[in-house]
Amino acid sequence: MLTQEEVRQVARLARLELTSEEEQLFTGQIATIVTYMGKLQELSTGDVFPTSHVLPLQNVFREDLVQTSLTQEAALANAPDREGPFFKVPPVLEDPA
Amino acid sequence: MHLLDMTAAELAEALAAKTVSAVELTRACLERIAAVEPKVHAFITVCAEEAFKQAADIDRRRLRGEPLPPLAGIPVAVKDNICTAGIRTSCASRMLQDFVPPYDATVVMRLKQAGAVVVGKTNMDEFAMGSTTEYSFFGPTRNPWRHEYVPGGSSGGSAAALAARAVPLALGSDTGGSVRLPAAFCGVMGLKPTYGRVSRYGLVAFASSLEQIGPMARSVRDLALLYDAIGGWDDYDQTTLPAEFIPTLPGLNKEIKGLRVGVPAEYFGPGLESAVREKVRSRLKVLQDLGLIVEEISLPTTEYAVAAYYVIAMAEASSNLARYDGVRYGHRAAGRDILAMFTRTRQEGFGPEVKRRIMIGTYVLSAGYYDEYYRKAQEVRTLIRRELEAAFTRCDLLLTPTAPVLPWMMGEKQRDPLTMYLADCCTVPANLAGLPGLSLPCGFVDGLPVGMQLLGPALSEPLLLRVAYHYEQAAASCHATPPEGGGAGGI
Repeated sequence: MLTQEEVRQVARLARLELTSEEEQLFTGQIATIVTYMGKLQELSTGDVFPTSHVLPLQNVFREDLVQTSLTQEAALANAPDREGPFFKVPPVLEDPA
Repeated sequence: MHLLDMTAAELAEALAAKTVSAVELTRACLERIAAVEPKVHAFITVCAEEAFKQAADIDRRRLRGEPLPPLAGIPVAVKDNICTAGIRTSCASRMLQDFVPPYDATVVMRLKQAGAVVVGKTNMDEFAMGSTTEYSFFGPTRNPWRHEYVPGGSSGGSAAALAARAVPLALGSDTGGSVRLPAAFCGVMGLKPTYGRVSRYGLVAFASSLEQIGPMARSVRDLALLYDAIGGWDDYDQTTLPAEFIPTLPGLNKEIKGLRVGVPAEYFGPGLESAVREKVRSRLKVLQDLGLIVEEISLPTTEYAVAAYYVIAMAEASSNLARYDGVRYGHRAAGRDILAMFTRTRQEGFGPEVKRRIMIGTYVLSAGYYDEYYRKAQEVRTLIRRELEAAFTRCDLLLTPTAPVLPWMMGEKQRDPLTMYLADCCTVPANLAGLPGLSLPCGFVDGLPVGMQLLGPALSEPLLLRVAYHYEQAAASCHATPPEGGGAGGI
């Protein structure tokens, strides 16, 4: 059975910060859903090939032509924060000072 | 007859005959939206200014005597996970509450080329994750037939807008039934095309291997009109099928006598409400009278479809939604460092169902569980697909209920997501197998609409629409109007 600690670990992997109420609620709900998914084990699939995509397509090629695309301004228009032509984010590495 | 009770095809004739102008029609449409919105809440954004501009342009071109495309001046509603340049596209999420796309989705571009007037963006479950349209950051949509009931989801806003006579045409998206289920619950029609038949460029991604944009309408002719306008190869979506797109509208009238329709026992099993079973089975007689040959068949792996579907859909969702990190667009929360910013942004930006699905998707993809869940689900997907393909060597199409249950009361399944997922049992196999499915109204139980589903082999849209068209001519129930009153207060 899924534990609250496992739920916390999955949330870390998914970059989600959960409140303790969410953790509790989700632990029960996710356990129920994942148990239901376990039903798949009833089916013997042996050497059945997994389907990741239904299309009969493999690589699709096109001519490498220059086309118009978004301008830098349009691409930055929805940025929560920017500086000049860049997306601006909080520090990624700690300040060594 | 009120303008907005007319079908798109009828409106196109009225516009061509100049008995009404596109601007007048747009005004009538916006007035109707304003009148029903307080009760139904089908829209997240209404774009009056852009709509009047487009309509005026059509009117000018008509006055000049220019030849006009098939949807010239026809109002259409677009689900809010389909990008519209300059018009907010929120996915019903706080995460994209203020997101204004810099480009149009291919289907929107094609609608504009066909002359359609986009009047608004419809409500939905956040990121298309849900079956009720209750999981919207902007509040739920109500079923126009009975306001205390859910309209189905996730394209509930599009279905409710159609049922409430607010628009004659709408676009939805269908990852596991999100076009067909709300169509059934609201007594309208919806088509999920063959995977790859309609471009997904500009559709906000949830589960890329399963989803398709689909047309929704109140008549089969309209459904075909809209489908013909949006379908076909797209340079911007390399997963569109290269097979030639053959317009479906001209063939609607063609003969259907002698077609074999399979009725799979598993879709009529114990999980099916008896009132729905009776209603759908009673329609077999109509199909037989039309000359179709009905054959009872069995598809034993159907009962594993919901489990396989949710493993795959959630796994793909957890990956697709990793892009919402507060960097390039969407909500951003304050954070001391980048990791704190990421996690807080996602905590604040996503609602409960989206978080649940990201969590489960991450879990089934994580080391130690990948083979047990994700790979297994993909193998089962192969079995389901093979079984359906085999069925279509014997049958031309299948008839099933669209949903195993009637629309339920708002709030009823919110604490118990699994029960809600099980309502998708009749629709998810088509997504797993990439096949087309069409939901049609087939009557009412306690004032609530019931839907039936036609399923066909890949690229059989012309056939499905043709059978639906003949059925529509034979069955009066296809065009009922919600009572003024909506059970609880009138639409």
